[in-house]
Amino acid sequence: MNLTLKIWRQKDANAKGGIQTYQLGGVDPDMSFLEMLDVLNQELIEKGDEPVVFDHDCREGICGTCSLQINGEPHGPDRGITTCQLHMRMFKDGDTITIEPFRAAAFPVIKDLVVDRTSFERIQQAGGYISVNTSGNTQDANSIPVAKDKADAAFYAATCIGCGACVAACKNASAMLFTSAKVSQMALLPQGEVEATRRVLAMVEQMDKEGFGNCTNTGACEIECPKGISLENIARMNREYLKASVK
Amino acid sequence: MAKSALLKSSLAKKYWMAFTGLFLCLFLVGHLAGNLQLLASGAGARDQFNEYALFMTTNPAVRVLSIVTFASILFHVIDGIILTVNNRKARPQGYVSFKPATNSKWSSRNMGILGTVILAFIVIHLINFWGEMKFGGLDNTVYTTASGEEVKDLYTLTVKTFQDPEMGLVWAVIYLVAMIAIAFHLYHGFGSGFQSLGVNHPKYNNFIRKTGVAFAILVPLAFAIIPFYIYFVLEKI
Repeated sequence: MNLTLKIWRQKDANAKGGIQTYQLGGVDPDMSFLEMLDVLNQELIEKGDEPVVFDHDCREGICGTCSLQINGEPHGPDRGITTCQLHMRMFKDGDTITIEPFRAAAFPVIKDLVVDRTSFERIQQAGGYISVNTSGNTQDANSIPVAKDKADAAFYAATCIGCGACVAACKNASAMLFTSAKVSQMALLPQGEVEATRRVLAMVEQMDKEGFGNCTNTGACEIECPKGISLENIARMNREYLKASVK
Repeated sequence: MAKSALLKSSLAKKYWMAFTGLFLCLFLVGHLAGNLQLLASGAGARDQFNEYALFMTTNPAVRVLSIVTFASILFHVIDGIILTVNNRKARPQGYVSFKPATNSKWSSRNMGILGTVILAFIVIHLINFWGEMKFGGLDNTVYTTASGEEVKDLYTLTVKTFQDPEMGLVWAVIYLVAMIAIAFHLYHGFGSGFQSLGVNHPKYNNFIRKTGVAFAILVPLAFAIIPFYIYFVLEKI
């Protein structure tokens, strides 16, 4: 496959970036998207050019490190996958592919396609945990019965890998799908219920502080989420927050 | 924290948007029920509508409701503007390529534009009727109530507006355009309101969605029929 790649290049956080066009030949349809970028970078290095910087780690869709807005969609045109699981067979020979970093005020660009997503971590740190005494007499988690439907819903919420595709897809750069998944995975379980009030208030407050937008229920996040995190979680967060606010 | 949370947080803005929006949906139902009386013909139609108008302008409970309605519209608009400004700020640098049509509906992404069209319509609509009733002269449109009191004849004012040989059809088309905007606004807004208030469960999600679609089609359609009915069908006065 021969491709035209339009890639966002930006020297550093303060530089003014821009789109640069590259021609890339010999792309195998069975390559993953990141392997295709590896090939491009190899060519750039051999030519003595600066390679394109992009985030990646596990390359099997579970770590949430890879990102990229590909042809106007986070993680590209395929559904239910991360960029590392996107294959070049989703594209045609001769295609032009536009590759940009995820865009949000709370996700500033560090270099080229890499953005700083520590705002997500600060939301987590604000309350996305349960306080457990780990001094040696920790109770076995299974000794507290959990209803099957609650356990399943909590588990689905917990599959969020925090990649930021929800923010990237949202026209308002809202982080409510992420935050609601992190609120839900705790709020649904008896262990998490204890701190539910404080948690949801603190996490939403941090989310607002980071400068994410507001949810207008377009549903784009749910469609683009590689893990299929449901809008039900946002509704649950809305309920939890309303309850916590009037307490 | 709890107190400021219900006023200032992002979620609070959503609650207010949803709450005022859903209240305005109720208002639409009430307003439509009253307006449908304009489809009546014959000798009693004028009396019936004017007695209804008299009740709506003099009853203290209706007065309270109308103040709440105006406040809701105002709140919905201001909240909407604040949310839009915040949301723009959340993405200062846009995408070169952005394809929202692949993952969301047009109406859900254009609530602000639709809302602006609706607001413009509300102003026009208020000038047409509310302003005339409140501040307009009594020329040729006096209605004598059952108790012998002379009030403005809203029925004649309405029918004459839409039967005007030059402007009648123009008004009807303007009203139709506004109702199309309301239809799209409701198509997203109705279900969105419930979601924002946390009302979401697989048991009744489908019911809310279907009710929302039916509401978004039927209510604006019924409103839009009235001006055309008056222009084309109702006997000329």
